[in-house]
Amino acid sequence: MNERQDRFSQKMLGIAPSPIRKFFDLIIGRDDIISLGVGEPDFPTPWAMREEAFYHLEQGHTSYTSNWGLTELRDAIARYLAKYDLDYDPKSEVLVTIGVSEAIDAVLRAILNPGDEVIVAEPCYVSYQPLVEICNTKLVRLDTAPTGFVPTAESIEKLITPKTKALMLCSPSNPTGRMIPADELARIAEVVKKHKIWVLSDEVYCELVYDGRKHVSIASFPGMKDYTVVLNGFSKAFAMTGWRIGYLACPPDLMAQVHKLHQYSTICAPIMSQYAALEGLRSGADEVERMRVSYQQRRNLMMHGFAEMGLPVAAPEGAFYIFPDIRKTGLTSEEFATKMINEYKVAVVPGTAFGAGAEGFVRCCYATEIGKLKEALRRMKLMVEGKPLD
Amino acid sequence: MQEILDLLQNDARLSADDIATMTNRTVAEVAAIIAQLEKDGVILKYTAVVNQEKLDSENEGVRAVIEIQVTPEREHGFDALAERIFRFPQVKSLYLMSGGYDLQVIIEGKNLKDVAFFVSDKLATLNGVKSTKTHFVLKTYKENDIVYVDEKRDRREGVTA
Repeated sequence: MNERQDRFSQKMLGIAPSPIRKFFDLIIGRDDIISLGVGEPDFPTPWAMREEAFYHLEQGHTSYTSNWGLTELRDAIARYLAKYDLDYDPKSEVLVTIGVSEAIDAVLRAILNPGDEVIVAEPCYVSYQPLVEICNTKLVRLDTAPTGFVPTAESIEKLITPKTKALMLCSPSNPTGRMIPADELARIAEVVKKHKIWVLSDEVYCELVYDGRKHVSIASFPGMKDYTVVLNGFSKAFAMTGWRIGYLACPPDLMAQVHKLHQYSTICAPIMSQYAALEGLRSGADEVERMRVSYQQRRNLMMHGFAEMGLPVAAPEGAFYIFPDIRKTGLTSEEFATKMINEYKVAVVPGTAFGAGAEGFVRCCYATEIGKLKEALRRMKLMVEGKPLD
Repeated sequence: MQEILDLLQNDARLSADDIATMTNRTVAEVAAIIAQLEKDGVILKYTAVVNQEKLDSENEGVRAVIEIQVTPEREHGFDALAERIFRFPQVKSLYLMSGGYDLQVIIEGKNLKDVAFFVSDKLATLNGVKSTKTHFVLKTYKENDIVYVDEKRDRREGVTA
């Protein structure tokens, strides 16, 4: 009774810390390591957005905003979503959150009852699984490795039971950079409507797509708005990770529930960050495009590098990650990543951090300067060929 | 083509191999495009950008911006006089301007006296030059898209999700 251990939530004790933490600890304070382990742009936020924040600080705009977020920002978000054939009412269907992470947490808590099942397409961003599990629900892992890291309608439908409440998708994907093709999304939409489940569609990388592709939101298919939560934010495309501005768009009845959680747990996203994000939507398109082209060039460099090493890669179509198959080295993901740091001074993240199905893969982020990328590829090649680092 | 120019303007030492990989072209294509750009005079030269302020003070030298008002010549306009000015090796840049003066000259010299002497002796005395105004550069913050004052450092956490 009231032993130290009993003074914590049993549920929380059962949640594992982020597997990424361990690799972070391995490289902390070391400047001899090239890190491909980051999950954010290497560009600072474009100046117009930073300058806009200064202006509002100078003007003394330091109050709370509406729980919903600034009206102008929600209007601008609704106009932006229209670009993807999405029609959301900024007053009742758009909510500004503290990053996409808060939005995911709030939506899951607003829809889940104990015993519900949530299908998560893996590998995926590290927060999906714990945020599902904390709701006393069953996490149902959809291993997308056999289908080139793209979830299919068929594989999803096989996992659906009467208890299934929601499906979590991310396209373009962290950690693989893969996109769900529009025709597959259309089939997934039919499965979702047939079984009347929610889709949490994480679209935070939607601007960063390559080779002339265009992002398609699952919410844009006929009748899907009623079943979809669109999750998006400014961190990746606008290089605004530290500002913590995300948003969600969903039907008003679900929003009424999510809004309560958001209101009670956060009040609102920081006002100066909201103004900076608004400026991003107003004037940031050219900067976003400049960064997108640069990521595309670096993705090509990485694909070429892994081809030279003979490591197979499912070609990333968006985001800024590449997810090579390292199984021919005979090492596990974790052994590969550990050896890579200790002996070759390059940090990558083991695929297993993003889901059980990703054993044998590692995530490399290529949002790093070209000279460092080339050196990291050179070192990785030495390791794959069993040669020591000179 | 613009993509190749953008890459080279940012880093002229990128190899044709790397540019080919990055832009999804063959090496031969990239080499041919660059050769054509050089032939057409679109790419004039590949140079190093030097931050003079980091050199020993004795080599540092001074820069000045000179505003010149001139009387344009019949038939030649400003061009003939401009050419007489830009032929001097001390002249690093020369622009024809709209507004309160006509030509803007950027000059580099060993010291203040050197620049002042060049202006009074060579520029002010040219036929057609009505007046000159000399402004010395005290510090370079940014030039041709390159920031001179920042220490560029990656502040990101090493491993994040």
